[in-house]
Parts: sequence; structure tokens; C-alpha cells
Amino acid sequence: MTAQDAVIWAHGLTKRFGKVHALTGVDLVVPPGSCYGLLGPNGAGKTTAIRVFATITSPDGGEVRVAGYDVVREAQQVRHQIGLAGQYAAVDEDLTGWENLYIFGRLFRLGRRKARQRADELLDEFALSHAAHRLVTTYSGGMRRRLDLIASMIISPKVLFLDEPTAGLDPRSRLQIWDTVRALVDGGTTVLLTTQYLEEADLLADQIAVIDAGTIVARGTPRDLKARIGSRVDVVLQPAQDLTEAAAALTTIAANNTEPDVDPDRRTISIAVAANAITLPEVVRHLDTSGIEVLDVGIRHPSLDEVFLRLTGHQGLTPAPTDLEASHHR
Amino acid sequence: MTQTLPRASTLASGLADGVTVMNRNLRKLRHKPGQIIAELTVPVMMVLLFGYIFGSAIAIDGGDNYIEYLMPGLLVMGAALGALSTLTAIARDNSLGVMDRLRSMPMARWAVTFGQTAATLLIGIVGLVVMSAVGLIFGWRAHNGIGPTLGAFGLILLFYYAVSWLGALLGSLVDTEETATRLMTLALPIVMISNVFVPTAGMPKALQVVADWNPVSAAVTACRDLFGNPGVPFGDTTWPIANPVLATVGSALVILAICIPLAVMRFQKNAD
Ligand SMILES: Nc1ncnc2c1ncn2[C@@H]1O[C@H](COP(=O)(O)OP(=O)(O)O)[C@@H](O)[C@H]1O
Ligand SMILES: [Mg+2]
Repeated sequence: MTAQDAVIWAHGLTKRFGKVHALTGVDLVVPPGSCYGLLGPNGAGKTTAIRVFATITSPDGGEVRVAGYDVVREAQQVRHQIGLAGQYAAVDEDLTGWENLYIFGRLFRLGRRKARQRADELLDEFALSHAAHRLVTTYSGGMRRRLDLIASMIISPKVLFLDEPTAGLDPRSRLQIWDTVRALVDGGTTVLLTTQYLEEADLLADQIAVIDAGTIVARGTPRDLKARIGSRVDVVLQPAQDLTEAAAALTTIAANNTEPDVDPDRRTISIAVAANAITLPEVVRHLDTSGIEVLDVGIRHPSLDEVFLRLTGHQGLTPAPTDLEASHHR
Repeated sequence: MTQTLPRASTLASGLADGVTVMNRNLRKLRHKPGQIIAELTVPVMMVLLFGYIFGSAIAIDGGDNYIEYLMPGLLVMGAALGALSTLTAIARDNSLGVMDRLRSMPMARWAVTFGQTAATLLIGIVGLVVMSAVGLIFGWRAHNGIGPTLGAFGLILLFYYAVSWLGALLGSLVDTEETATRLMTLALPIVMISNVFVPTAGMPKALQVVADWNPVSAAVTACRDLFGNPGVPFGDTTWPIANPVLATVGSALVILAICIPLAVMRFQKNAD
């Protein structure tokens, strides 16, 4: 994909704050109509990247194009194409929700009537009309974030930047935001989303770039990334089953003959297998023909957490609430 | 980032943006009836407090009526303190992320500060009218006719506008709203080291020098002169007190000439 076709195109993007190297040579290509996830821990450089893309701050080095325009030389053209919802809900707390949208609409150069109409429309569409004329200070965190999100959609932007759109939200509000993002992507908007939550990237993004300390350390589809570290087969043995015999039998299906993890107390064995290399029935059949008696057997696919740990060598990401994990895996 | 000069059409839409920003700030005030009430009662309180409680204890040469001496000082002091509200307003917008959103939008960036200071100026005009009315009720008068009186009010508003830009610049430099609030509390002593309440002649020498060169003193002296109120010193004084109108207009223009470009540049230029 060339710089012209891509909706966001960054090459060698660097940004420094004094001695802090916030971004050290970021390359990014986001194709039109996709939802791209920028996944990384706190301080990785996600917000800085978004601020450069949204023309809020200038890069120190490299070339960045958004919607075909250079973010430095053609910043004004870029601004006509983008919407931004910040990490900290950037709405005016001292105004009502409606007034916020109206004022932003006017600043997007909509006429008075059009700005009014758009504010009504958006509040209606995103189920905030009941609170339209209340001060934002009275809004819940979820409502505030939703208002921030729709404020970025006033001109139906081509590209939407969402900086940790669900950080600090309760599970229900998070689901609402996810639905909105999905609907936008389905409607053709290109979305660049940053997150520290693994399943958020997993659920929403077509492509993920993992960022750590200002550098992209890996990129690919959520599936690709998980495939990098493969899956594990976990077996719980019958009380009578010999451990060593079982371990030997399992080693034959392990990836690259890696040593199995044996836990003699719990009587479990875990082996690494290549991603999608083996199915559960195949594992069961193999155990059966080898005469290994098991209580339980399962294939565990890695979480992005493990992927991240493997890629960066450190545990940086925020574990998300587990109740979501259970109910929203695809 | 290279910034081309605005063309006429962009200037017009920039002005429209400025009006929108002004509108936004005025709307905010509407939601704070408490603040409106405070804006209206503070002048009354100040006139009562300083005029009657201190007034009995402060003797002024050339006038037995302290309120006549006090009112020009209170008008200037109210202007200086009121105008500084831009400091917290802009710091608040910065810390809430509203400024980041505005920077990502195709609006004219210079319109943000111009709109903010314009809204503050409108509020200041109302404050000036209210405080003058309270002064009139309690016996203050302007004695020199319509021209000099309007001149004095014009001078106060020019001074007010300059201070509001100073506040806007400072507000764009501080990192949090709290710092802004703390910075604002410094304004009161700075304003009070002047001839607002008492003539500087009775002050210790060092303080007197500071007070005489304080632009607040020049503005107050100019107003006393134009209103025909007592307290304009004769003879051996500093240059600003001897040429108060010139000194006030000059210092206001200098503040504006420094603060407008710097404050606008703070927003024009991409943030860090
Ligand atoms: N305005 C700034 N001044 C100084 N340092 C900054 C500034 N903004 C970000 N940084 C630093 O740059 C690095 C990346 O920050 P950021 O982009 O906010 O990370 P993330 O959004 O991934 O948490 C951090 O070390 C942060 O402290
Ligand atoms: Mg961030």
C-alpha cells in the first residue's frame, strides 16, 4: 500500500520531549475502512502518536500523512478529515451536552441551523437526548465518554482517532462504546484506536500494532500475533497414570519437541503446540492410542497478554475485567 | 510549521470562530447563577467594606469624602482582578483536553484566545457598570463632565483588556488549573501595593517606589484626575504618576503588544 492509498501512513516518525524519546521511528500503514489497534502499556507513546496524527503536535522526524495529506505542511486539510476522541474526555464540563455539540459544530463551520440539527440528531442516535440539556458535570463517566465520542463525529470524519476510548469505564459503558466503534467501521470510517486492554484490540481491530517504549514491536492480525507463540495442550492425568510415560507420549506432538511442563502435585502436563496445528479430537485420539488415561484435556489459545509478554519481555498491559473475557470471545 | 497569512475569507471565518468561542464562554456563565450573583455582590461588598469600615480610619488630603478617593481605585482593582479570570479559564480548557480537540479542528487557532478575552471583556463591562452604580448610590460622583468621564471608563476597559491578555498568556503557560488558581491569589497583593486605598506618600520608601511605578497606581491616578476625584498628587512624583493617562495607555499597549502575539503563538504553534 502506498502513502497515497493508505488513510494513515507514517514512516520513521520520531518525537522527543526533552530527554524523553516518546516515539523512536514508528512506521504505520492503515488501509481505508479498517479498524487499526495500537496496543501498548502506559507510557508506550500511544497518545503522542495520536497527537501527531491529529495535527496537535508536530513530529520531530519522519513523514506522516493522514487522508493523503502531510500532517505538517497540509495540517489544515487533515483537520477537515479527522475526528478525535481523547484519552481524557475533551468535552466542556461547564456546558450542557447539547451546547458542547452545537459549539463544536459551529467551530466545524456548520451553519447555525445545521449545527443545531446535528446536535439533536447525534444525541438522539446515541441515546443521550434525555440528558441533552444537563450540564456535563452531572454526566456519568460513560455518558461523558459517549458525548466525547459523538463530538468527534460531528462532521462524519473519514478518519477517527480514539485514544483509549474505554479506559476507566464500567463494563456496560464499554460495551456501548464498542458497539458504536463497530457501527462506525461498518459505515466505512477508518478508525485508529489505542488501548491497553487486550480483548479490546482483539475484538475491534482488524490489524494490531504492538507498541512499547516508542517503537512498534510487532504487527499483524490478532490471529497472527497469537499464532506467533502458538497454543498449549493441558492434560490432567488419572490418579493411576504414570507421569513419565504420559510426558513422553505428549512430547511427540509438542512443537519442535519442546520439553513438557510437568506438575507432579497437581498431576498435570502442559505442552506447547504450534497455533492451529492440532485439534482437540486429534489430541484425544493420540492419548487414547498411546494408552494414556486422562481426567481432562484442553487446548488453551494464548491471550494477547502472553503475546505481549513474549514480544517485549515484560508484563506491561493492564489486565481487563475478567467478566468481559467470558462473555465476549468470538 | 509554516503559517501563511490569513486571507480575507479566512479572516472572516476566523472572526466567526472567535464569536463562537465568546458565545461558549458566555453560555458557561449562564449555567453558574452563583457566579453571576457573586459578580454582582462583590462590587457592593467592596464599596461597603472599604468605603465604610476602612474609610472612617483613613484620612485623605484634599477630600473629606473617602468614597470619592476610593471609587477610582476600586474600579481599577475590580478590573484588574476580574480580567485575570482568563488565567484559570484557559488553564482549565487546557487541562480538560478541550484545547487539544480545538487544535485538531479546522477552526482558526487565534480565535480561541480572542474569543476568550472578548467574553471576559463583556463581563468586565457589566461589572464596571454595576460597581459604578453602587458607587453613585453611596455618594461617589464624576465631576468633569461627560468627555473625561467616558475617557476614564475607556481607560479602565483598555487596562482590563490588557490584563485579560496577560492572564490568557499565563493561563496557557501553567500546567494545571490549580497552579492557575494559586497564581491568581498573587494578584491581590500586587494590586494592593498601589494607591488604590491610601496615598503612597505614607508608605515606607521601598514600598512607595514599587507602588508609584505600579501600572495600577497610574491607572487609578488617571481616573481620579479624569473623574475630578481627590488624591491626585502634585509636585515631586514619579513619571507615571505625573503623566498617568500616557503611562496607563502606554503600559496597556506594551502588555498587549507582548501578550497577544505570545498567547496566540502558544495556540497557533503545535503543542508539545
Ligand atoms: N508533553 C509531554 N512532555 C513531556 N513528556 C511527555 C509529554 N507527553 C508525553 N510524554 C512522555 O512521552 C512518553 C509517551 O507518553 P504517551 O504518548 O502519553 O504514552 P501512552 O499514551 O502510550 O501512555 C511517556 O514517557 C511520557 O511521559
Ligand atoms: Mg495515553
